[in-house]
Formats: sequence, C-alpha cells, structure tokens
Amino acid sequence: MIDVVILFFILGLVAGSLRSELKLPAALYDTLSLILLLAIGLKGGEGLARQALVPLLPQLGIVIMLGIAQTFIAFYILSIIGKLGRADAAATAAHYGSVSVATFAVASSWLVSRNIPFEPQLIVFLTVMEVPAIIVGIVLARGLSRNTDWRGLAHESFLGKGVTLLIGGMAIGWLAGPEGLVPIKGLFYDLFKGALALFLLEMGLIVARQAGDLRKRGLFIIAFGLVMPLLSALLGVACGIAMGLSVGGITLLTTLAASASYIAVPATIRLAIPEANPALSLAAVLGITFPFNILVGIPLYHWLAVELTGVMA
Amino acid sequence: MTIMTEKRTLLTIITEAAIEEILLRDLEKLGIRGYTVSDARGSGVRGVRDATWGEVSNIRLELICSRTLAEAALNHIQSYYFTNYAMVAFLHDVEILRAEKF
Repeated sequence: MIDVVILFFILGLVAGSLRSELKLPAALYDTLSLILLLAIGLKGGEGLARQALVPLLPQLGIVIMLGIAQTFIAFYILSIIGKLGRADAAATAAHYGSVSVATFAVASSWLVSRNIPFEPQLIVFLTVMEVPAIIVGIVLARGLSRNTDWRGLAHESFLGKGVTLLIGGMAIGWLAGPEGLVPIKGLFYDLFKGALALFLLEMGLIVARQAGDLRKRGLFIIAFGLVMPLLSALLGVACGIAMGLSVGGITLLTTLAASASYIAVPATIRLAIPEANPALSLAAVLGITFPFNILVGIPLYHWLAVELTGVMA
Repeated sequence: MTIMTEKRTLLTIITEAAIEEILLRDLEKLGIRGYTVSDARGSGVRGVRDATWGEVSNIRLELICSRTLAEAALNHIQSYYFTNYAMVAFLHDVEILRAEKF
C-alpha cells in the first residue's frame, strides 16, 4: 500500500501540472519545514541519549567520506559525459553529494509505519552529510582560491536553517530525554505525519513547476537525475553494511546517499559559485531525483538492504 | 503653503533574495545609511520568480541618498552582480523632507 503522505505529494503534482489555482502560503511552507526539522532532531537526540557517543565517531568519518566521494563522482560524470562547464558541473555535483531532509523524512516515516527500527545516529548522519559536499563543490569550481570568502560560506553552511534546527533539536531531545519531551510530543511527534503530508503537497506543486523547466534541459540531465541516485545508493548501502547497521538503518543511509539537496546547497552555492546556473541543478534535483526517490527509491533501497544483508549473513 | 523639499536620488534594486545579505553588506561599506527591503514577485528573462519558496523569491531594495552615492552604488552592483544574478536596478529623482536624514 502506498503511503498516505505520498498521495498528498501526487495531489500537488497533479494540481501543479494542471495549473490549478492551489497555492500554499510561503509562511506555511517555512513553518512546516521548521516543525519537520525540529521533530527529526528531537527524535534523534532522544535516541542518542540512550547510547554511548564515542563509537559513533568512526561512522561519522565514513559518512563524510561518502558525501565527498559522491560529489567527485557526480562532478566527473557531469563534466566528462555531460560536457557541462566547470561551474555548472561543480554546483550540480554539490547538490548530489549533499542530502535532502524531506526525502529523509519520507523514508523514516515509511520505516516507522512498517515497524522497521533504525539507529538514532542516522539523524546525526543527516546533519553531518549536508556540508562536506558544499565545500568540495566550491573547491571543484574555484580551486583553493584566496578570493573565496570561506568564513562567510562556513557561516552560511553551518548556521543555515537546516543545520541549526537539526542540531538544536538534537540538543533539546538529548537534554530533555523521553520524559521531558512528553509535553511537546503532541506537536512534534503526533502531528509529524500531518505536517509531512502538507509539506509534500507543496513539494508536489514545486516539482510540477520544475518539471516544466526540465524540457529545456535535455535528455542528459534527466538521465543523470535518475542514474546518480542509483550509483550513490550502491555506495550508501555498502557503507551501511560496513558499519553494521540494521536493515532500517541501511535503508535510511542509502536514501540519504541517493538524495540530493534542494534547500541548503542551492542557497550557499548561489553565493559561492554565482556563474553556475541554479535552474539547471534544481531541475535535476527537484524535477527528477526527489520524486524518483520518494516514489520508487525508498522501497527499492529497503529491498536492496534486505537482500544484501541476507547475502552477508 | 509650499513645503521646502530637497532633491535626492532613490535607488531601487530588484534582485534574488539569496544575495540580500551580501548586497546590503556591500552597500553599507559604500556609505549607505538606511534602506527598505520588501519581498517581491515577478517575471523576466530569468523566468517567473514568484516567491513561493526561498530559491525563487525576489526582494526589492529601496534607498534614498545623494546622487553621487546612488551612482557609486549602481556602478558597484553593475560590476559585481549584473552578470550572474537576476537583477534590475534604476534611479529616480525624488523630493524629500528632512534633508539631514539622507
């Protein structure tokens, strides 16, 4: 059975393609993403409070390397096969090396509704994987130039809305613990699916708009939007198995690897690589990769995780 | 009764919300003392920018200052931002009260 939140996404997609009058207020979209980010952070912090943190450090190293490797692979595919200019290839690669919180939210809700558990550190992975790709992308476009305002960019990447709310949520969840979180459970946990449904409705509208733009971009970028998440998924599943994660954990890490950022990365890259065309990256990320991941990718990555852990066992 | 007004220049910049902070930082360095920023929507050579979400939202930045300063600001943004960012900028002559403010 298809998840009910996905039906909201499809509604947005259909309404958008039919040029419906439907439009969500921008402030609602901001509010929903705030609730989702905090809820994910709180849940992670609550889980982390129950385990030792030091053993996680090598795992963090692995996921950082994963993000960096993905950015390089994407860059070479885009510049050698796609013949994109250096700036466009680097900017788009940064999107693919980074992660999408919305895709993560859909995947975790997919697992929760099937009672498949996953490790709380996946939320730390989500936070950690946002940034390295941005830095690699900038270096690929610019080289290690002194003219780049690294301080400003670090500020932009590490103190952007996403990272701030995820880390803040985790800190609150960790400090408050399960009992402390009871009074706010109603908003952040019980309403999570409802907030996600509305958020995906808006995402459907956004994707429908991007899909129109996609026609101008040609076949290569469409193919890239499909192939890149699959390549990244293979890397992700391998890392998940190497770390000894559960099936749910491997599914989520694979989803993270396959997902591409469309909020944090575009905002920073727009400033850091101004000559790159933002419409190109967003068409691939939003027009192809995001819908592919939430409609087909997540069940596929779960199947992959089940099959491969079965083989290893 | 006639009001004693003075002439100043209004510089209006319509551009991507993404660069609001760095643009304001630059303008302040040039000596701009005050400005007004509002959210904007519209369409142009860069497509529809309808402010439905962060990446496609626009701002309209307005500031009143001396002609010299306005021209310096326009010069600066022309050389740094026009090539890569969606941006429209123009000057108006305006009449103001309280000349010391601008």
